[in-house]
Amino acid sequence: MNARLLPLCATLLICLIAYAACVFQFPAMFSTRVAGNLLTDNAFLGIAAVGMTFVILSGGIDLSVGSVIAFTGVLLAVLITHYGVHPLIAFAIALLITTVFGASMGVIIHYLEVPSFIVTLAGMFLARGMCFVMTTDSIPIDHPFYTALQGLFYRLPGGGRLTFIGCLMVLVFLLGIIVAHFSKFGSYIYAVGGNRTSAELMGVPVARTTIGIYAMSGFLSGLAGIVFSLYTSAGYSLAAVGVELDTIAAVVIGGTLLTGGVGYIAGTFIGVIIQGIIQTYIVFDGTLSSWWTKIVVGVLLFSFIALQRILVFLSLKRATATSGG
Amino acid sequence: MTDKPGLLVVEGISKSFVGFKALDGVDFTVRPGEIHALLGENGAGKSTLIKVLTGVHQPDAGVIKIDGQPVVMRDTQHAQYLGIGTVYQEVNLLPNMSVADNLFIGRQPMRFGFVNRKRMEQQARDLLAQYDLHLDVSSDLSRYSVAVQQIVAIARAVDMSGRVLVLDEPTASLDRHETEVLFAILRQLRARGFGIVFITHFLDQVYEICDRVTVLRNGKLAGSALIAELPKIELVTLMLGRTLAVATHKPRHDRPIPAERQFSFKGLGRSRSIAPFDLDIGQGEVIGMAGLLGSGRTETAKILFGIDAADAGHIRIDGNPVLIRTPRDAVACGFGLCPEDRKSDGIIGDLSVRENICLALQAQKGWFNRLSSREQTGLADTFVKALDIRTTDIEKPVKFLSGGNQQKVILARWLATNPRFLILDEPTRGIDVGAHAEIIALINRLCDDGMALLVISSEIEEIVAYSTRVIVLRDRAHRGEISGDDITTSNIMQMIAAESEGAPA
Repeated sequence: MNARLLPLCATLLICLIAYAACVFQFPAMFSTRVAGNLLTDNAFLGIAAVGMTFVILSGGIDLSVGSVIAFTGVLLAVLITHYGVHPLIAFAIALLITTVFGASMGVIIHYLEVPSFIVTLAGMFLARGMCFVMTTDSIPIDHPFYTALQGLFYRLPGGGRLTFIGCLMVLVFLLGIIVAHFSKFGSYIYAVGGNRTSAELMGVPVARTTIGIYAMSGFLSGLAGIVFSLYTSAGYSLAAVGVELDTIAAVVIGGTLLTGGVGYIAGTFIGVIIQGIIQTYIVFDGTLSSWWTKIVVGVLLFSFIALQRILVFLSLKRATATSGG
Repeated sequence: MTDKPGLLVVEGISKSFVGFKALDGVDFTVRPGEIHALLGENGAGKSTLIKVLTGVHQPDAGVIKIDGQPVVMRDTQHAQYLGIGTVYQEVNLLPNMSVADNLFIGRQPMRFGFVNRKRMEQQARDLLAQYDLHLDVSSDLSRYSVAVQQIVAIARAVDMSGRVLVLDEPTASLDRHETEVLFAILRQLRARGFGIVFITHFLDQVYEICDRVTVLRNGKLAGSALIAELPKIELVTLMLGRTLAVATHKPRHDRPIPAERQFSFKGLGRSRSIAPFDLDIGQGEVIGMAGLLGSGRTETAKILFGIDAADAGHIRIDGNPVLIRTPRDAVACGFGLCPEDRKSDGIIGDLSVRENICLALQAQKGWFNRLSSREQTGLADTFVKALDIRTTDIEKPVKFLSGGNQQKVILARWLATNPRFLILDEPTRGIDVGAHAEIIALINRLCDDGMALLVISSEIEEIVAYSTRVIVLRDRAHRGEISGDDITTSNIMQMIAAESEGAPA
């Protein structure tokens, strides 16, 4: 088997074991209701994580995700509730702003050769700051269009609800997989993450790719912000603090190497679902603190980083063994 | 010289970098169906010329013509589009992607706006079949050897450009057989009318495969000739502009054997690394260590210097037993080691020449006994002068120096600690002929000054030139020792090549 697939398989195995263990303890977790809620509750996280996967695949990082989600939420609330803008127009404005925001971070990262960590850290503060400039209150959104979207769901057999935002996340993941593996842009992302200098010498448009990656991450963060505002029906400047770290965790647990070049969008989906399962378990248990999610995610992260290092060592060893000395 | 019109013609190209003229009015012509060697010492301007040809740098003056039409290369993609494909020294591909991706990235066959993987893989198989290479094109490139990666890189460059192929030291990391395979491919491309520019350090290969040679020296054209009309010694003279020191240096094996050998290693060994060996070395001796790659040469050096712990054995210096378990212990005993891979184990590229030279001495003096900047500058100046390290100033980051000068910086670092026993692992690898001769002269000088040296080298002639004794290794064991007049190339070769069973112990 391809060693590349090993982290992905490990993630899938852990996901299945975790789910099986949960079902063993709480048989009620084996239902379409729980499955539907897993998608709905983690929709914004998943959408943002797709963008993060592309960024990490290219060897970068985007710390602005959580702030951009909050920014989008507040912007939508202000536009819809205070100015009476139709939600669809508000969505378009929000997506435009976040995409341009992401693209400009990409421009700075590429042309000024500043590490993405620093640029997106600045972006994180900037976006969070902009929330407070607009408002410091939590603004509820009450619009018939919102209510309509929130009421849009497909009833699964067994009573589960496949909501609009849940489906949207799955759709984003599917599109992400197509982009990653069946588009030129996708191959450029892997190329830049594999070796930037080589990619450049091989004629990969590195500038265009880098800017595109951060623009896409900005767009998806904006989309995650829209989903988050549909999910909470409000905009609040202190919302989604630390979501960027949750998405990074999902990406790494999903088997993507933080050094770039290696990983799968599908793995990130499983990473998101694993986090969702842990949360659901805690809800079912009822006595555990929700911070246990963080503890388990922490342990998983450690084990995955260790697994990846071991795989790298093993493949190096194999490489020296076959090439001889 | 005017038998065929030039496919790629370069006229009067000049290129300067801050305060330094890398190319000065160079002319260069590649004709279709020829393999053209581009030679020169490190720093002669080969790399700059290649970068100008492939659009990485823009020339300050001069014209580049393809098929008689003047062209301006905007970037590497444009150069490829104009017909110039390049394979760089360190194979520049993407090991994390599949072979097919590597061949077709940026120009994948598309269907309905999506990459048509099936067709791409079929095309990749067809393409590689032209080179008699049949492999699973959907698996990662990193799974294959450097030789295969090189062929993939060539296949890509040929497929994309289709006129001129530039190969920057393609054989540096290939073994004999792989080189043969590569040469067969080059001959095939030559027959198809390609113009091939071939850069190498190996003069034998130039005579084996090239039709014509152009030599650069100090950024200027030193000469260009058909290889059949140019004897080797004239070629070397062209490259150096002076006679080779190695050739004139008289062998050292008539040196007196030292009265006592201060450094004595008994029964040192490490399982699965190197069989136990004895080694005595006295001051004023140069021991050459010969053997094939992987015969245990570097392993020996690592044990002597305390990088790898020995399983057994003991060490005496001046008759007193000592324990060497870490490189720090070794340095404290007056040892120094210039490692084989100077890029990863030796120099610290971003630090200046001065800082690199002072590193070992500072480490020896400890944390709280900082060398003053005046001391550091003095030290660096002394060694830059003594070893003739060519750098514009001592604050220049070492990574901008040529290979030979980097090697001298590492040597200076250890010489600054005033070692009694210096181990040099492949001190002349990957450096040009001139620097080569200087390093050998330096080894001889250090030996005359009473240092004990152990020099590991793949170049037998070189070992013959400076060794007072030679130890031959084979299959991870010390197999024998030659001294005095027996030190000849053929004796050493025979010992290396001897069958394991009938080997002299």
